[in-house]
Amino acid sequence: MGGFFKSSIGRKVAMALSAFFLMFFLLQHFAINILSVFSPELFNEVSHFMGTNPLVQFALQPVLIFGVVFHFIMGFVLEIKNKNARKIAYVKNNGAANSSWMSRNMIYSGLAILAFIVLHFIDFWFPEINTKYIQGDWSGTIEGVEGFRYYEELTHKFVSPIRVGAYVLAFVFLALHLLHGFTAAFQSMGASTIRKKRLQSIGKAYSIIIPLGFIFIALYHHFNH
Amino acid sequence: MNLTLKIWRQKDSKTKGRMVDYKVTEISEHMSFLEMMDVLNEQLVNSGEDPVAFDHDCREGICGMCSMYINGEAHGPDRGVTTCQLHMRMFKDGDTITIEPFRATAFPVLKDLIVDRSSFDRIQHAGGYISVNTSGNTQDANAIPISKHAADEAMDAATCIGCGACVASCKNSSAMLFVGAKVSQYALLPQGQVEAADRVKNMVAQMDLEGFGNCTNTGACEIECPKGISLENIARMNRELMKASI
Repeated sequence: MGGFFKSSIGRKVAMALSAFFLMFFLLQHFAINILSVFSPELFNEVSHFMGTNPLVQFALQPVLIFGVVFHFIMGFVLEIKNKNARKIAYVKNNGAANSSWMSRNMIYSGLAILAFIVLHFIDFWFPEINTKYIQGDWSGTIEGVEGFRYYEELTHKFVSPIRVGAYVLAFVFLALHLLHGFTAAFQSMGASTIRKKRLQSIGKAYSIIIPLGFIFIALYHHFNH
Repeated sequence: MNLTLKIWRQKDSKTKGRMVDYKVTEISEHMSFLEMMDVLNEQLVNSGEDPVAFDHDCREGICGMCSMYINGEAHGPDRGVTTCQLHMRMFKDGDTITIEPFRATAFPVLKDLIVDRSSFDRIQHAGGYISVNTSGNTQDANAIPISKHAADEAMDAATCIGCGACVASCKNSSAMLFVGAKVSQYALLPQGQVEAADRVKNMVAQMDLEGFGNCTNTGACEIECPKGISLENIARMNRELMKASI
């Protein structure tokens, strides 16, 4: 089995498996974030649970970080290998004649998402790690805020129009990445064309609804606070 | 029609190539693309120049020798054809046509528009066959019942002529449609089952060794394939390799 993951197909499968994991994570992240629009109290409760539960913190979080890092590194490794497979470029190449823009530019949409993740980590993850693991404050509360702090921190981040603009742009790139990546992951896993056609509708829905939902959350908090 | 041709000229595999402009006049729209190239070469020979080297054999759309990338597409803008079946009616009077060889590290240019596709041969040698005793005692293939669906799918895969348009069209220079077709044509039939696991492992290993890129499921290969080989063959190869590796 070790030899399998060293092969080109094995690497495709590994990319697809990490993509499935990240798509599932994205779904649950959205499910929690959308609570902030309907019920700040519930959003705070769920955020505190996710932020302090040992299983989430010490088992799922490291797996998630590994999944993200692996997907990006493997993406870059495959891109370099693919570039080396054609060292002399065509003088004229009409890629649009036979493939979608999304499928040809996964590396660029991926890089835009990577830039967003860096911003997202600076905004939320690093302060969270600092509060809990360096300062040792696991209370989920902050001075001047009644109850848990998570809703207050979220809405505070979406005050800046520049940050909201960056988030919106990043989620547009995420949608473009998913529009190809969703079905491509199933194809890499050997899904048949018939099943793939059914999956295309689900893929399109997922790829548009989830990023659009995140954009809605950012804009909602920007215009309501 | 009168045309301007921008053609990749390269003396041999070691020399650096470049694009050179040529003019051809009074080209009939009923000519095939290769016939138009013949007109150009006649012109070049008559003026004492080196004719443009290009590969061709059957000129009936089945040999797959014509490794030409025309106006940014393998075998030009028409669908389901090789270059000999591409007709000049696909172009307009006054057009400029860019003609390059198929580009891939695993398909080095030998001269002008001719590329070395022996990497495909080596992949075939790695497992694209069934070991059958052909001493005269071979069982009649029709004696083994095969479902119509499987027979049709295997036949569709077997129509691959190994032209390399899939590699040329793929932004990653991946050979997975070719290898997928070769794996599939045997994987679907009972005669291919005995060596199925070794076949897919060895052919994929050889494909990787030759320096082809990784498939990212753009689907360009399927669109540009002159024989309509479907992406389903890549999915089947992926399943076959997973099955063989577990």
